[in-house]
Amino acid sequence: MIRSQILRDIAPILKGHLVVCNIGIPSQELHAIADQPSNFYMLGTMGLASSIGLGLALVQPKPVVAIDGDGSVLTNLGSLPTIANNPAANFILLVIDNGSYGSTGDQPTYAGRKTSLAKVAEACGCEGVIECQAEDTARVLQEALDSQEMTVIICKCASGNAKEPVITMDPVVIRDRFMKAAQA
Amino acid sequence: MDIHTQIVDDLVANDIGFVTTVPCKQLAGVIAELETRSDILHVPANKEDEGMGLCAGAFMGGTRPAIIMQNTALGVTINTLATLIQYYRMPLPMLISYRGELGEPIACQVEMAIHTKALLAQLQIPTYHFHHRADAQELGAILKYTFMCNKPVAVLTDATFWGGY
Repeated sequence: MIRSQILRDIAPILKGHLVVCNIGIPSQELHAIADQPSNFYMLGTMGLASSIGLGLALVQPKPVVAIDGDGSVLTNLGSLPTIANNPAANFILLVIDNGSYGSTGDQPTYAGRKTSLAKVAEACGCEGVIECQAEDTARVLQEALDSQEMTVIICKCASGNAKEPVITMDPVVIRDRFMKAAQA
Repeated sequence: MDIHTQIVDDLVANDIGFVTTVPCKQLAGVIAELETRSDILHVPANKEDEGMGLCAGAFMGGTRPAIIMQNTALGVTINTLATLIQYYRMPLPMLISYRGELGEPIACQVEMAIHTKALLAQLQIPTYHFHHRADAQELGAILKYTFMCNKPVAVLTDATFWGGY
């Protein structure tokens, strides 16, 4: 399974939840598959989905799912100790780990070679770290939401991208409708 | 009232409820004061761009954020300022220790000091410079301005302001 198939699988679970989605093709795919006001699409700023998601989870009670990628987590590895040391029970970090920089031509990441992001997250002090295979993602995500405990999911999947259009929505519109959904 | 208490009082008076910090020796007193306040959630960050991500999330969750950082880190935040904070029109007060100014003992700090105002000007970030202790009386107005216009706003605080090293 590739990322877009996982996003189709989890779209019914994400419905109505606050979702912060990683830059580039992941946001384009989520936008095409299941756009909703409570999706925050990152149009730039690689690596900060987990930080935005944590900040959001720490200040309000609704569940927050940050959809990140292995390449982006590697870019902002300092986020994992911050997540571990400032636990938010309503925060789920879902790392779609396809072992490649999908938006830039599928170059391999170190997470697809010797580096285990699950072990890195555990070593940073994160509790509730679950590594799963792509086809189990929907079940693991639903269980994480039901548990009401902070969870880091490392979803191992194949490399590859769906061809979806670039998001042309104005960033202020994305932000405004997302904030209204957060405060509803 | 000491300056650290005064600064944190201004943050609280302007409804700032989330502060992220990457430490600087000059900011140690403010960071220590933050830790004593129950009405501010203090989340230390490992890097300043990460901290700006946390602030963006807090803002979208309905809480006014601020970041406390050193000017030497401005370089690592340029992309985040342009493509997250400014692109999505988010307010972000940046209380910045302005290392490399008069009284600075470490020569390397000067290397980023000479670029600090130029970088902020290039990014069109409103910038205020606290040099004398009385300059801090404007902090409350600067915070109101930041959340009025939904922009990142920089407050540079130099060694003379803090009373030396």
